[in-house]
Amino acid sequence: MFRRWSVGLAGFVFLGAAAYCQNPLAGDAKAAKAGEYEFRINCALCHGLGAHGGGRGPDLTRAVKKHTHSDADMFQVISNGIPGTAMPANGTNGQGVGMTDEEIWQIITYIRSQEVKAPPQALGNPGHGKELFYGDANCSLCHMVAGRGGRLGPELTSVGGSRTREAIIDSVRNPSRRLAWGLTEATKEFPQEYESVTAVTADGKKITGVTLNEDSFSVQIMDAGEHIHLLEKDKLQSYQKSRESAMPKYEVEVLSDKELEDIVAWLISVGAK
Amino acid sequence: MRERGWFESAETSGRAWKSGALAPRQETHAGAGFSPTGPQGLKAIASRRRNAALKGPLFHGVARPWAILLVSLLANCAVVCAHAQVTFERLVNSAKEPQNWMTYSGDYSGKRFSGLDRINVANVHTVVAKWVYQTAATGKLETTPLVVDGILYATAQDNRAFALDARTGRPIWMYQRQVPADIRPCCGHVNRGLAILGDKVFLGTLDAHIVALDAKTGAVVWDVVAADYRIGYSFTVAPLVVKNLVVLGVSGGEYGVRGFIDAYDADTGERKWRFYTVPGPGEPGHETWEGDSWKVGGAPAWNTGTYDAATNQIFWPTGNPAPSNRGEGRAGDNFYSNSLLALNADTGKMNWYFQFTKHDEHDWDATQVPVMLEAGGKHLIAQANRNGYFYVLDRTTGKLLSANAYGKTTWSDAKDADGRPMANQNASPTLEGHTVCPGALGTTNFMAPTYDSQTGLFYVTARDQCDIFSTAPQPYEPGHAFYGSAYFPSEEARPYRGFLKAIDPATGEIKWKFEHTSPTWSGVLSTAGGLVFSGDAEGNFIAFEAASGKVLWHFQTGGAVYAAPMAFAVDGKEYVAIAAGSAVYAFGLP
Repeated sequence: MFRRWSVGLAGFVFLGAAAYCQNPLAGDAKAAKAGEYEFRINCALCHGLGAHGGGRGPDLTRAVKKHTHSDADMFQVISNGIPGTAMPANGTNGQGVGMTDEEIWQIITYIRSQEVKAPPQALGNPGHGKELFYGDANCSLCHMVAGRGGRLGPELTSVGGSRTREAIIDSVRNPSRRLAWGLTEATKEFPQEYESVTAVTADGKKITGVTLNEDSFSVQIMDAGEHIHLLEKDKLQSYQKSRESAMPKYEVEVLSDKELEDIVAWLISVGAK
Repeated sequence: MRERGWFESAETSGRAWKSGALAPRQETHAGAGFSPTGPQGLKAIASRRRNAALKGPLFHGVARPWAILLVSLLANCAVVCAHAQVTFERLVNSAKEPQNWMTYSGDYSGKRFSGLDRINVANVHTVVAKWVYQTAATGKLETTPLVVDGILYATAQDNRAFALDARTGRPIWMYQRQVPADIRPCCGHVNRGLAILGDKVFLGTLDAHIVALDAKTGAVVWDVVAADYRIGYSFTVAPLVVKNLVVLGVSGGEYGVRGFIDAYDADTGERKWRFYTVPGPGEPGHETWEGDSWKVGGAPAWNTGTYDAATNQIFWPTGNPAPSNRGEGRAGDNFYSNSLLALNADTGKMNWYFQFTKHDEHDWDATQVPVMLEAGGKHLIAQANRNGYFYVLDRTTGKLLSANAYGKTTWSDAKDADGRPMANQNASPTLEGHTVCPGALGTTNFMAPTYDSQTGLFYVTARDQCDIFSTAPQPYEPGHAFYGSAYFPSEEARPYRGFLKAIDPATGEIKWKFEHTSPTWSGVLSTAGGLVFSGDAEGNFIAFEAASGKVLWHFQTGGAVYAAPMAFAVDGKEYVAIAAGSAVYAFGLP
């Protein structure tokens, strides 16, 4: 057993000495296999088995990625996370045990082996999608993209880069589904769940909106007029929370499949920038 | 630079009491001459002290406000100046000095119950923060402080230990052992606390050392290595001192270690015994492992056990077999993973064992604190297990008396002849994955429970979550994570729910429960003041009425709580402490 360890250590030292600009394991099938084990333990919770993307993390089989281009970028992102996103630094997501440099290179080798070289085919017309988003589909009443739109719902500038097409379509057709799931442990740093709430204050004022943040004793609510209400629960007459999304369910009669594809195509084009 | 600054402030703090002009008082909280009979005793002494001081000859002619100030100064000095040795007898009789918290769970029984009642149901709503100590550490603070005679000793991430003036939170010393750059302990660079004996405190480190520190200075007295951190061995546990031995169990179930529980001579650091939790060739139980799987069988022992002085037995719980999510390749029950072990404290020889989850494939470590209870003339030991069942055993024999689910479980629908829940056909992970409750994080985990003999209830932090368990072959590589798979939160049980639950050990019935906003990792404390304290993931520290679960008080600490609370008193004033975020907080009456 010790002998095997010594070999591993020697390999690690060798890798450690290499500059972090090149993947020393690039194209190594055995390393890709080892990377798959590591990926399952450390990454699949958000990025899905097979790196096809999950509810939280982007599809990594896409050849063009938002935050990384080279293997060195990827090493940096896996090691340190991406500030302002749910992507944590290596070893801090509460799931796996953290990875050595060697294991990170193995994961990168694995991800590269899974990439689909052809860029995702946009099925819709992004220009028309943009028109719909800011126009007839009323998305921008509640959602902001690139600084334009409303604040009641999630900001969507990067959603096209971090969610699969299928996930976005599902969110429009079934807006309550993911809300009903709640957040996972690994994403607690983004506590906003957009739960629908109704509170009645001591003086009888009724406030309806979505939660910005909440704990057992206080709640922050944004109402439809984008006013923020900071409330202490024990001072309320009543407080009701629902995992039924404030977003209307967009049925095919309201928004056709073609129109939805156009919107998704636009979000993907914006998200890739 | 930071370290230097640290010691400068420690010195300042030291001068503050060392150079005091007033002589130490004779009457102290510590030492053989003081034996209050529980909280009433403490109250009586505090009251006697006030009266005697104001009427005594020393204060003849002294204006009353000055007299009060002098009394206060005298009392303060008394506590700190008279630093008595912590003896094994004091640890055995810890209930006689409720002002001190001398072991991880507060006493040998694991009850995490404080006999202090100055803070109680009637006044807890007035409690305020008394001090906050910033550790400068990042990550999760899981420490339970010790307090002995006015000094608080605790740990923080990355091999830190420190001593504070328990009244002010001002540091006295700090120790930090360099963490190797290539270390990757599972689940954060955490530590759950120290043990104390004589004038030494004992720390288990992430790189698998055991370090004895001078309790007065933080200087290293001895430092020994238990195992090689590079192949996954580490310590996160708060050691337990028994007689002259420092007992602790190893972490590393994620790396295919061979688990063990060690005992070291408190004076010299010499190892007195080691119990391998995975039996080797020729040892009973070895046949429960397929082929060579025992060599990497896991069964770590990373949480603090309890001790029964009457029978000289240590009760120590063990963790998952490795690889955690794959049973293929290690056919058999996999002794003594996920078990409670009763060991002779002097020799480490096993008297009995009870395995909670046989041939575990869900990472359900049984490392929860085993709590000793007395009921109906029986000597019992109870554990709220990660697998979702609450077990009560006869601690003399290890015989199972009852096992009742206290959270959402789907893995068992039958019990064996002993009454032990057995896994059903559908429980094993598959390649594609399928849903089992509880999830890999368990119904509970490392968060310490409490038992309050006043209410007769056992309080534990619980979560309802189900995971999709998948399995895949994975070769063992020394020092590399060895899970045999992955798990994912299942949508079926979403949103996950977190609770504080009050269980009646006699029946397994949930007497009350409080639902947190989200699942939490906080431990629980009960006190003679009729209170239960716990924290939440949103940063609240909360006091509940022990009998009913009614929230009586809460404080926003600004950081998620992963630690367990404890209580202590200095100068007759009660404090409740909790680590949250990167800091340790102490609360008390205004």
